[in-house]
Amino acid sequence: MTATLTQHAEGVRSPAEIRRSRVLAIVYLVLAVLVLVAFGFGSEGSATFVLSRPGDAIQVGSPTIPGSGLAFVVSAVLAFLGARQWMAGFGSRTNLVLAIGLGLVAFSFLAWAADGASFSLVGLLQEAMKRAVPITFGAVSGLLCERTGIINIGIEGMLLAGAFTGAIVGSTLGAAAGMIGAALVGGLLAVLLAVLTVKYRVDQIIAGVVINIFVLGLTSFYTSQFLVENPALNNAPIMRAFGIPILSDIPLIGPVLFDQNIFVYGMYVLVGVTSFALFRTKWGLRTRAVGEKPRAADTVGIHVFRMKYLNVIMGGLVAGFGGAYFTIGSVGRFDENMTAGRGFIGLAAMIFGRWHPVGAISAALVFGLADSLQVKLGILDTPIPSEFLAMAPYLVTIVVVAGLVGRSRPPSDYTAYVKE
Amino acid sequence: MTDQLTPSEVEPEPPEGSFFGDLTGSGRIDWRSNVLIPALAILSALIVGALIIALGDLDTLRLWRSSPGDALGVTVETVADAYGALFKGALGSVNAISETLTRAAPLILAGLAVAVGFQAGLFNIGANGQMLIGGMFALVIGFQFDLPIILHLPIAIIAAFIGGALWGAIPGYLRAKTGAHEVITTIMLNFVALRLVDYWLTIPFFQLEGRTDPVSKSVLESARYPELIAFINPRYRVHLGIVIAVLVAVGVWWLLFRSTIGFEFRAVGANPDGAKYAGMNVVLLYVAVMATAGGLAGLAGGDQVLGTLGRGTPGFVGVIGFDAIALALLGRSHPYGVVAAGLLFGGLSAGGQAMQATTDVGIDIVQVIQALIIVFIAAPALIKAIYRVRAEAESTQVSQGWAT
Repeated sequence: MTATLTQHAEGVRSPAEIRRSRVLAIVYLVLAVLVLVAFGFGSEGSATFVLSRPGDAIQVGSPTIPGSGLAFVVSAVLAFLGARQWMAGFGSRTNLVLAIGLGLVAFSFLAWAADGASFSLVGLLQEAMKRAVPITFGAVSGLLCERTGIINIGIEGMLLAGAFTGAIVGSTLGAAAGMIGAALVGGLLAVLLAVLTVKYRVDQIIAGVVINIFVLGLTSFYTSQFLVENPALNNAPIMRAFGIPILSDIPLIGPVLFDQNIFVYGMYVLVGVTSFALFRTKWGLRTRAVGEKPRAADTVGIHVFRMKYLNVIMGGLVAGFGGAYFTIGSVGRFDENMTAGRGFIGLAAMIFGRWHPVGAISAALVFGLADSLQVKLGILDTPIPSEFLAMAPYLVTIVVVAGLVGRSRPPSDYTAYVKE
Repeated sequence: MTDQLTPSEVEPEPPEGSFFGDLTGSGRIDWRSNVLIPALAILSALIVGALIIALGDLDTLRLWRSSPGDALGVTVETVADAYGALFKGALGSVNAISETLTRAAPLILAGLAVAVGFQAGLFNIGANGQMLIGGMFALVIGFQFDLPIILHLPIAIIAAFIGGALWGAIPGYLRAKTGAHEVITTIMLNFVALRLVDYWLTIPFFQLEGRTDPVSKSVLESARYPELIAFINPRYRVHLGIVIAVLVAVGVWWLLFRSTIGFEFRAVGANPDGAKYAGMNVVLLYVAVMATAGGLAGLAGGDQVLGTLGRGTPGFVGVIGFDAIALALLGRSHPYGVVAAGLLFGGLSAGGQAMQATTDVGIDIVQVIQALIIVFIAAPALIKAIYRVRAEAESTQVSQGWAT
């Protein structure tokens, strides 16, 4: 409270900031010790990281990294980051530094897990990229709504509805129709959210939760009514990966970034367009004005309700399209509750990314990496039970939300706007 | 009434039209907003549910094109059959009532867990995870110790409460200390609890000897809830759980509306800043609220393990924790409202099972109907507009953005 009232000179931190900074510093130090003890003393051999695939045009060597050596280095870096965080903090780069720190921990963990074996880093990063797709779409959907002052907890439901529609429409009318249908259904749910929150002023979180429960029930019901008996309706075509000429030939980066399917490319476009539109166009300025100070926006003649409806519906279209990834972009088949909390992880990514599309995709990549680790580590013989690996994305989400939400100030005023 | 003022009597009237406006007093009930609106909401949900059932029948949908008259007949018949089976499965026989009560018990307890959170302005979506952990705690006491029933059952129930309370306290602490919104943290903890239980069920300490699938050892007879009317027919499986659930609801009513700590719970819910300036320890209160809520959910998990199932299986709580949200909203977060809503949802669940067995309509429709009920409950303006009812009920408001 007081932190917002009292003005601080540049570089001087409020007591609350210092306390949070210290908590984060302790997290770094704990991680440093953990890496040192578990991976530093726990690794004996070396891990070989494979950086290119057999068919790639340019082959690069596969570096062999000694697990314990890497762990010592990572541990030292983390200790340095912790000390710096304790003493001075990283200011606006806190999230970025944390992301790098977590990435280093993940890398060291990999070297330990792949001890004495070879591990395809390309495969891991490719998978991470794909798994970041629904999280990014969810996060961008969330921030489109939140920038205009509506919390969208219903992203999970919109993703699930998109996945379901993608499967059915994709199976009957083709993949393109499936993607459009998925986006439209997401938009329809957003209309419901907007009407409930803007017109009827229902609590935004309740409205979102209602959407989640409703979609979960509805998709489960129709899955057992139709899809079980008509497997032909649940067999959507899967979008294949295609390489972008020249770019996909770059070693490591090429296959990871530019040899993917349409959803991954869609994610790049989405982040680029929304970043530009939110911060460089008249629409973006109005959106943010409506979110920050609806009364002021109204006074200067911006249609507050119209902007809210418009943005929430766009958010729904984005989430619905992102949901189609689960079926058309990935396995082609719909299963009950197949989104498994990705919508909520998307919300965490939005917060972690400070309500900015570029921040959101960066955060989504961290979650995507945590998510793909559990898949890829299943192949390696690690002493960690698979259930614990499966917890990783959820635990990372809790740490991120707990560590950063107080620091990242939401951009908007979320109370229902009443026109005078 | 005695001369002494109880906390709820000195409490200032909450702002007109707030969600709990007519409930935070000492029992004054506004019939329009607490009985009529919920009843109309249920009716509307059943009507929309009928449409959804009709759309779920592909063959009849094709019939609409050739002969709409027949199709209408078939549709009406399908819906009437489904709802008829639902009603019969909920109330139609002694066995149906026994099933309804068996299913209502954990729903009431989990609903109370959500309701206590709402009363304190916290949105506890984590009932499922808290139930799982509470249930596992009860399970350990249940199979590991051999005690007389007088001791064994109470200790197992207390263990369930403690397990849920510990799991619930985590998001409470995170919310109070770091501002992490409980909606996200509780949902993430649900997934963590689910995986944790999956893991526990595969280790030898929990796993039934000689089994490779994740099934736990059975709870000893001395820690099982006794069945109430099994002497009539062993098929009737209603057990002590429903009695405990109702008693706990009375206890929660006392806690919320007659005790000092309950007053503080509601005060922090109505206005966290005000509570802070009145000298209450908001951090401690948030932890206490979530621990209480988690403990109640833990009891619901204990009800499953010690009563209905007698053992632990993966995800043994199903979606009870999510139904509990609908139920708490329908019951307007009042303990007695939650009991009424819990009995209704127990009936929907038992009836849904019977409906799935005898007709072509799947049990998932029950969840759709429950979600529809909350839509109409959360937006009373919708109900008022549809049925032209005059009621004071304002839209539900429990949250203020990402808070802190």
